[in-house]
Amino acid sequence: MLMEKEKTKNVIIELKNIFKYYRMSEDVLVKAVDGISLSVKQGEFVAIMGPSGSGKSTCMNMVGSLDVPTKGHIFLDGVNISELHESDLAQIRGKKIGFIFQSFNLIPNLTTLENVALPMMFQGIGSEERKSRAMKFLKLVELDSREDHYPNELSGGQKQRVAIARSLANEPEVILADEPTGNLDSKTGKIVMDFLEKMNKSGRTIIMVTHDPDLAQEYADVVYWLKDGKVEKTTRRKPGQKKLNRKLVENIAETGVSGRLRASSHVDTLGGKEEVD
Amino acid sequence: MISDYFNLAFKNLKHRGVRSWLTLLGIFIGVVAVVALIGLGAGLKTAINSQFGVSTTELITVQAGGVTFGPPGSGAANPITTNDLRIISNVNNVDLAIGRNIGTLKIEFRNEAVAFISAGSLPSGKEERDFVHEANQAEVMDGFLLEEGDTNKVVLGYSYSVKNKERGAVEIGDKILLNDKTFRVKGILRKTGSFITDYMVLLNEAPMEDLLDYGDDLSLIVVKMKDKDLMDKTKLDIENALRRYRDVKVGDEDFVVSTPAASLKTVNSILTGIQIFIVIIAFVSVFIGVIGIVNTMGTSVVERKKEIGIMKSIGARNENIFWQFFIEAGLLGFVGGLLGVIFGTAITVFGIFGINYQFGTELVPDINLFLIFFALLGSFCVGAIAGIIPAMNAAKQNPVDALRG
Repeated sequence: MLMEKEKTKNVIIELKNIFKYYRMSEDVLVKAVDGISLSVKQGEFVAIMGPSGSGKSTCMNMVGSLDVPTKGHIFLDGVNISELHESDLAQIRGKKIGFIFQSFNLIPNLTTLENVALPMMFQGIGSEERKSRAMKFLKLVELDSREDHYPNELSGGQKQRVAIARSLANEPEVILADEPTGNLDSKTGKIVMDFLEKMNKSGRTIIMVTHDPDLAQEYADVVYWLKDGKVEKTTRRKPGQKKLNRKLVENIAETGVSGRLRASSHVDTLGGKEEVD
Repeated sequence: MISDYFNLAFKNLKHRGVRSWLTLLGIFIGVVAVVALIGLGAGLKTAINSQFGVSTTELITVQAGGVTFGPPGSGAANPITTNDLRIISNVNNVDLAIGRNIGTLKIEFRNEAVAFISAGSLPSGKEERDFVHEANQAEVMDGFLLEEGDTNKVVLGYSYSVKNKERGAVEIGDKILLNDKTFRVKGILRKTGSFITDYMVLLNEAPMEDLLDYGDDLSLIVVKMKDKDLMDKTKLDIENALRRYRDVKVGDEDFVVSTPAASLKTVNSILTGIQIFIVIIAFVSVFIGVIGIVNTMGTSVVERKKEIGIMKSIGARNENIFWQFFIEAGLLGFVGGLLGVIFGTAITVFGIFGINYQFGTELVPDINLFLIFFALLGSFCVGAIAGIIPAMNAAKQNPVDALRG
């Protein structure tokens, strides 16, 4: 097992010149991620935005150790995860990362309690401890009264709260949320986002993929705008500033949309242009 | 951890559709066949012995050789005759040699032809008659056995006393017609469980000769020995004597000399044949069951691709996924085996109950706990083995592709 430890001060995730290519045929090479470098500090709330096909999800999958880059290095808590074997990646997914998906991705045959306890099973935690810890997390998302319910007996918002509880099961340092409010109405979405904010305030690093500039502006410390597999723009909150500047985020989004409309004009902006609000 | 896999597998099985359960049919039938076959083993032997008229009485029977249809000796090219009876009577260790005729007669009750049945003659002499009664387990349930002077009387097997669609129950004193000649029912025999004896009509030698006119021919000769321990030697002596008299060489015999051991051997070989047939069915069923489980688990991997992706995203390693599907396949097999054991045991219990009722035996179902344990273990193993390839396919799913579903 190749485990390269690099001590990087306060940085929990670091992407160094990441490429992810998919060869569709002999002539066609899809560049899903085309040289991204960025770093995420511990406890940051990061939003990744960009049009469809810009490489957001691929990026998330690689950070979440579900996928490995074609080229480049990803460091998670100082460990180079881009060269690890599948079983080591699974360990990292189980211990250090919690996933929240747009479509909740709960296992339909298991109750809410069992869904939340499942990640702990893969870490070899005993049944009783699993149950008590799962109950604690269900309480945290205010669904402890629904412990015996199956996912099909819950509303969308409740399902996502169960998914949040599950993502916390092994007390990971990083939570990856892929469009966490994408399938929810705005009111339920707000509840879910408030839980994510609560988790962030308790010290967890959150990386969220979203299409919604309002969410990014409201909750994120940093917004990365991806286009054509590259970071086109970055907006970072100034120290002491409560929220990102709405106009700036909207401007990024609008630029992105217009950029998407101008898809043929490809601008190489490796690393992106950083704007500090 | 293993118990967690079982728990998860059990939950998944609970939510499976009918299609998955139907794949268990193969293993179910296989286990039912094996459990019932072994459980019914002793009972089957008893039943077959009774049906083939294998007597527990130690006697030797002699019949004409060759393949014949109908009663013993009928249609034989070179029948056994009273001359053969005389030869056998002179063989060492032969106490009694009794010639018997068994023929097919038309039987009518209340002027309605009911069937063609097998009628057996009773010889003269008390000792001879007693021996024939004993060999045929002929004890009266109602009325009396025939006496030597009874010319127009018969004793009927148990089955005639039971009411059926064609006729009412036959009672003592009723008139019956045998080949259009009137006889009165003097006695009805106890149930033996054998189709041969329960449907038999017994009548004395003289009226039987009147009806069938068989002259010197005999259907069979029944031999009672002085010393039962010399049965094999006596059999050889009879064979030698008949070979000399009938002028046939070893291997060309036109007669058959049987002992209970030989009959039992025949019965056992029939039983073994049945058992082999059932075991083949069991193997074919289990093989079909294995293919069913491979198919069902393969489909399940495709259907649950997203679930595999979810499990991987929350930390499941490839081996976790493998064990999950492997144990689930094993449990599928186990459930098939469990149902098979339950059904097979039920067949055994009811089968033995039926045999006891039919043949008046007191058999106990042979429910072997080791057999049940190994049947269940075997079913689990067969299921799990069938699940290896699907489980490997599940385990090696790429997490990102799997999450897309």
